[in-house]
Amino acid sequence: MTNVSDALLTLDQVGKRFGGLTALTDVSLHIKRGEIYGLIGPNGAGKTTLFNVVTGLYQLDSGAFDFEGQRYTHSKPHLLAQVGIARTFQNIRLFSNMTALENVMVGRHLRTRTGIWGALTRHANARAEERDIVQRARDLLNYVGITAAHQTLAKHLSYGEQRRLEIARALATEPKLLALDEPAAGMNATETVALKALLQKIRTDGITVLLIEHDVKLIMGLCDRVAVLDYGKKIAEGVPEEVRRDPAVIAAYLGGDAV
Amino acid sequence: MKLHRPANRHLALAAILLVLPFIIDALFGHGWVRIADFALLYIMLALGLNIVVGYAGLLDLGYIAFFAVGAYTYALLGSPQFGLHWPMWVTLPLGALIACIFGVLLGAPTLKLRGDYLAIVTLGFGEIIRIFLNNLNAPINITNGPQGISGIDALQVGGFSFGESHQWLGVRVDDVHLHYYLFLAFTLLVIFVSRRLEDSRIGRAWVAIREDEVAASAMGINTRNIKLLAFAMGATFGGISGGLFAGFQGFVSPESFSLMESIMILCMVVLGGMGNIGGVVLGGILLVALPELFRNAAGPVQMALLGKVVVDPESLRMLMFGLALILVMLWRPAGLWPSTQRRRELNAEEGA
Repeated sequence: MTNVSDALLTLDQVGKRFGGLTALTDVSLHIKRGEIYGLIGPNGAGKTTLFNVVTGLYQLDSGAFDFEGQRYTHSKPHLLAQVGIARTFQNIRLFSNMTALENVMVGRHLRTRTGIWGALTRHANARAEERDIVQRARDLLNYVGITAAHQTLAKHLSYGEQRRLEIARALATEPKLLALDEPAAGMNATETVALKALLQKIRTDGITVLLIEHDVKLIMGLCDRVAVLDYGKKIAEGVPEEVRRDPAVIAAYLGGDAV
Repeated sequence: MKLHRPANRHLALAAILLVLPFIIDALFGHGWVRIADFALLYIMLALGLNIVVGYAGLLDLGYIAFFAVGAYTYALLGSPQFGLHWPMWVTLPLGALIACIFGVLLGAPTLKLRGDYLAIVTLGFGEIIRIFLNNLNAPINITNGPQGISGIDALQVGGFSFGESHQWLGVRVDDVHLHYYLFLAFTLLVIFVSRRLEDSRIGRAWVAIREDEVAASAMGINTRNIKLLAFAMGATFGGISGGLFAGFQGFVSPESFSLMESIMILCMVVLGGMGNIGGVVLGGILLVALPELFRNAAGPVQMALLGKVVVDPESLRMLMFGLALILVMLWRPAGLWPSTQRRRELNAEEGA
């Protein structure tokens, strides 16, 4: 065990059931500040369920998780976003009829304050805040490398750009932990290389990254540590090289007793 | 980006709006100025519903209830019903406030509902309000039941009444003209508020919820509060319009607030162009003016062509109305004047 102070997110025996189906069984793991942490496992292993639990979309049935020393057993998505957990979705969920810029501007909602009164009067503070929102959104679009016009509707962006736009929108909330659900899915080799560089840049800028990914090469080349889920249980955790040689992991991926 | 319009175009528009009632009066007669007044009331309603349906994407089929709440607030506090004659600058804001509270009351239990389910619940809410108004004449007579409330005070500011003609510089200005200017002022206010909200942090949050509620909440938007705000704002506009309606008509009864009215307002929003203020205004004007035009024309046209009135103009009107709706939905699914975003989508599809 590492000591508590360098852990950003700690899962403590988290369990989640859907009726008779157990999606997560006593999953415990800890993610350290500043690392890129990979979450892998066969389809249906419970990776996305785990994401949904720590981002408040699902309520856990047992256990708890700690984020920055604060314990959560139930919460709401917007509150977890407030404390610094942002995410992307496996099946891209952009605001498709808003422009790329507006998508990222929505991400700033949480860190800005203008209400009805400010919107109506457009007093100096409200105007300054609005300018700041636009500026930050532009910067973030450039940061993730979206080269298309910022006024393009999200749904007209290329697939790879949509994935990056989701990351920009999540970054706009100023997260401490960025949870990415299969960001490289459907990307070609060039796009994946660019994504890898982007994730390393994000980490360098001080944001911890939690990553679900199927692309083993990406995981191995990028992650500091990896956890493997299978049938809702954590079967291995450690540095990528170690995990790759773990008999339980090989068995889970290849089936049967591959040892 | 918004097209920057030169100031003189604004001036021209202002001048047209100012002389419009006199032009209408001269060309079509007095009755049409009255119709223009109603068009303005409906535009306010449609703009209010546009916030709920167009921006936040919450399908509300009971919107007329807020109109009713505003109208009855004004009526009860300014009529012989209770012998109260509160001034308009108290009853109008009060009606808006009460409608706003009803908006939150409707919003709160329906927060988890979407689409069809929300539509059914709001439809029920609209009917509940109407039925309450219909039956609150016993055991204590509050609303005077189906007979409605008559003798409602005219809209009045200080000593100036909008309900009677005034003579200025030798020009006689009738009550319908005065109401036109009053309603125009309120409509412009509602348009201003809509535009400011649309282009703000709050407006973006509404649209985000419409586009993807799960993603919106994951981005830190408190979807509960923002949805309630949409209901409250929409209801407030409805309440103001209702109060003006009561003062204008001098009479309110539950049958003015039927489901058909809710659907009519929804049609204005959808036909004109959901989410686009200009489109909604256009929808309001067309859906008030065209049926009236048709009602006036249907009888004489039949007489001229067939020598007798075969179909009752009133039922023919609804037929044509339905037909128009179908045609617009077929040919201009985003509305007659879609929002820039929707227009951009259409262009992109054509270009592809």
